[in-house]
Amino acid sequence: MPQPLGVVLIFSSWNFPFTLALDPLIGAISAGNTVLLKPSDLAPACISFLVETIPKYLDNKAIKVVAGGADIGERLLQLKWDKIFYTGSPRVGRLVMAAAAKHLTPVTLELGGKCPAIVDTLSTTPSKAKVTAKRIVGGKWGPCNGQACIAIDYLLVEEKLASALIELLKKTIKRFYGENIKSLKSISRIVNEHQFQRLVNLLKDPNVADSIVYGGSVDEEKLVIEPTILLDPPLDSEIMSEEIFGPLLPIITLKNIEESINFINSKSNPLVIYAFTEDETFKKRILSETSSGTVTFNDSMVQFLCDSLPFGGVGQSGFGRYHGKYSFDTFSHEKSILHRGFYPEIEPRYPPWTDFKLLFIKLAYEFDYFGLILLLLWFKRS
Amino acid sequence: MLMENKAENKAVFDAESANEVVKELRDSFVTGKTKSYRWRVTQLKAMLKMLDENEPQIVAALRDDLSKPEFESSLYEIQIVNNLCRLALKEMNHWMMPEKAKTSLTTFPSSAEIVSEPLGVVLVISAWNYPFLSLDPVVGAISAGNAIVLKPSEMAPASSSLLAKLVADYLDSSCIKVVEGAVPETSALLEQKWDKILYTGNGRVARIVMAAAAKHLTPVVLELGGKSPVIVVSDINLKVATRRIIAGKWGCNNGQACVSPDYIITTKDYATKLVDSFKCELERFYGKDPLESKDLSRIVNSDHFDRLSKLIDEEKVSSKIVHGGQRNEKNLQIAPTILLDVPVNSLIMKEEIFGPLLPIITVDKVEQSFDLIHSSGGKPLAAYLFTNNKKLKRKFVETVSAGGLVVNDTAVHLAIHSLPFGGVGESGMGSYHGKFSFDAFSHKKAVLYRGFAGDAFLRYPPYTPGKLTLLQALLSGSIVGIIRALLGWFWA
Repeated sequence: MPQPLGVVLIFSSWNFPFTLALDPLIGAISAGNTVLLKPSDLAPACISFLVETIPKYLDNKAIKVVAGGADIGERLLQLKWDKIFYTGSPRVGRLVMAAAAKHLTPVTLELGGKCPAIVDTLSTTPSKAKVTAKRIVGGKWGPCNGQACIAIDYLLVEEKLASALIELLKKTIKRFYGENIKSLKSISRIVNEHQFQRLVNLLKDPNVADSIVYGGSVDEEKLVIEPTILLDPPLDSEIMSEEIFGPLLPIITLKNIEESINFINSKSNPLVIYAFTEDETFKKRILSETSSGTVTFNDSMVQFLCDSLPFGGVGQSGFGRYHGKYSFDTFSHEKSILHRGFYPEIEPRYPPWTDFKLLFIKLAYEFDYFGLILLLLWFKRS
Repeated sequence: MLMENKAENKAVFDAESANEVVKELRDSFVTGKTKSYRWRVTQLKAMLKMLDENEPQIVAALRDDLSKPEFESSLYEIQIVNNLCRLALKEMNHWMMPEKAKTSLTTFPSSAEIVSEPLGVVLVISAWNYPFLSLDPVVGAISAGNAIVLKPSEMAPASSSLLAKLVADYLDSSCIKVVEGAVPETSALLEQKWDKILYTGNGRVARIVMAAAAKHLTPVVLELGGKSPVIVVSDINLKVATRRIIAGKWGCNNGQACVSPDYIITTKDYATKLVDSFKCELERFYGKDPLESKDLSRIVNSDHFDRLSKLIDEEKVSSKIVHGGQRNEKNLQIAPTILLDVPVNSLIMKEEIFGPLLPIITVDKVEQSFDLIHSSGGKPLAAYLFTNNKKLKRKFVETVSAGGLVVNDTAVHLAIHSLPFGGVGESGMGSYHGKFSFDAFSHKKAVLYRGFAGDAFLRYPPYTPGKLTLLQALLSGSIVGIIRALLGWFWA
């Protein structure tokens, strides 16, 4: 029997301020909990809206929103909650879990990682190649300009197909978002100065800068970085070891696309692995030889819309899951209930214990009815 | 001199040794060995053989550590693990299969499934009261395809070393290891990065385990305890109820079990009858002098003996003993002891007893017992109710929050494979047993298959109001909405 856990705390992130706040909130409410929502202070207009509007529509005694920064977050973490749901970075995820440990509060951590996209469909048909490119572009710069936990972080493609891929991507980017940084449209900006600098710094390394094959322009005043593609930046550079969370797309080339499995396994488990391929054997290998929260074949992002699939990470990309009924479950305690009658009574259960009783119960456990009969008829002895 | 030091260093299990163990297991895991169905089957069969061929030794070890009666060792340790292995062998194929998931219009055309994969290298830290039952989560971890370190409790040393020997002899040492030791060894293990930790024990250490796990973002299952209450209503078959409470209390390691009834709540007018029934049945089970009975475990060690003695020696509590109270410090024995109406703020009513002491608290009306349970602070691992009254049963099931509830019996829910076994709040998080063990040690990977047909141009920029309306309609799954949007689109 599912039962609400009680009073739950939800931390939501700034990149999808409404979805990431209200999605778990819906789960918590449907499971019957009271909720405190603490949205990220990096999206101030959205927070103000949530703080003002939620009390107008929802039960203010049971559902509250609190605005504030890291200090408020820290203070909240010192209190005892029945569950904490956190969406954000692994660094803060550790702090949340450590604080929860003091009260033995269960947590769900929705983190991130470097979500790779394996591209193996460029040499199928031109239309499939085009769709692949569209889905990649849509999956990289579509979600908050790459600032999403499930955004494509980098691509893996066979070296002989790299230039074809880059051309397709360039065409698609121009069509979707504009010819250059001045005419950029239909795309988010970088959330703040700090993130902007972080991303710009990823490109500072001369070897990384040299690998830019498209884009690279930035506008500090408007906090805009245009869609940027890099070809084979050094594997030990920061852009290839940290989660990018921005509009920079490295393409890593391989001699053989099957090598992508080892490449992905050399990094920590991502939230999603995207694989554009029609090779059924390769699909099976990807499924069984890699580990990630989710695997999506031949598309990007849409798994988020599939309510019957649990959404969550594994390893460094987090633990716990939600969406659909999983949200309800995540905020519930599944209480087991056993009803017994008073009859029949199994006497051998009780002391004083004898060999006979021991044998009886053993046989009963194994449903060895024949043995039981023999025992009762004195034909069987221990 | 140098040789001696070397030997000494070898015996110390420190962070470096722990790191080496984890590395070895991770290397084994990466080869894919533990993922294979055949490996899992081989290990489970080997475990069955291990239990079967060593039952006398296991019983002897448990007798050394806990004076555990053979009946309990055979049934509550060996037989349970045996059954779990059999269940896993029978069902594993089915558990390992991907589970189809429904897809809707929003991702059409697509198909979805959920694939179970092992988490990797897992750590199982077990408790001293049921040392061989620590194989319970190990069975789950094996069936899910993981590499495992088992750290048995040092407070049951004979069992710990027998486990270490048997596991090394029967199971695949490159993937399943036992690490013995106490606090230093456990700390060394906890510094490492695990893919899951399952800890059985108390709340204090559980906090340490979870804090250590937090450093590596390792998910945990914590199987703790609590004060499991028993509500006894006057409308029942008293003899059967009493026996079942005794079986769950003193019949389970002499009250030293996480699901043992901790205290009883009953109505004032029923208390005397209940106490008399207990006296009668306790004598029938354990004889006039329970300290002579072979069917009772002893207290595990002198620390716990002193702790329990303190509980009954407390002023205002010692006078409430209505049965039992006999002790033998040398043999670490405490007889089944019943107390009536101890003060609610006494130590025996604040801490989990984990021993052969059973306080009975009386209330005027049965309904007050629910308030008493709520106010006792901390949700217990189990809660029990004895009644034939349907309304009370419903109220109990709906309002009492605990890991698991049993009506008209005690402790037996552990044997039901289809019930998840775990706590809530202070009694723990996560659950296992049966398929829940398999799930606890698996990652349920979501998989979405999409095709190339019918790419929805609607989702791509340039974004227009028309696209937005149509997409919103599609996402909402409303056919009417979709038609309206389409019409709006074409007529725009």
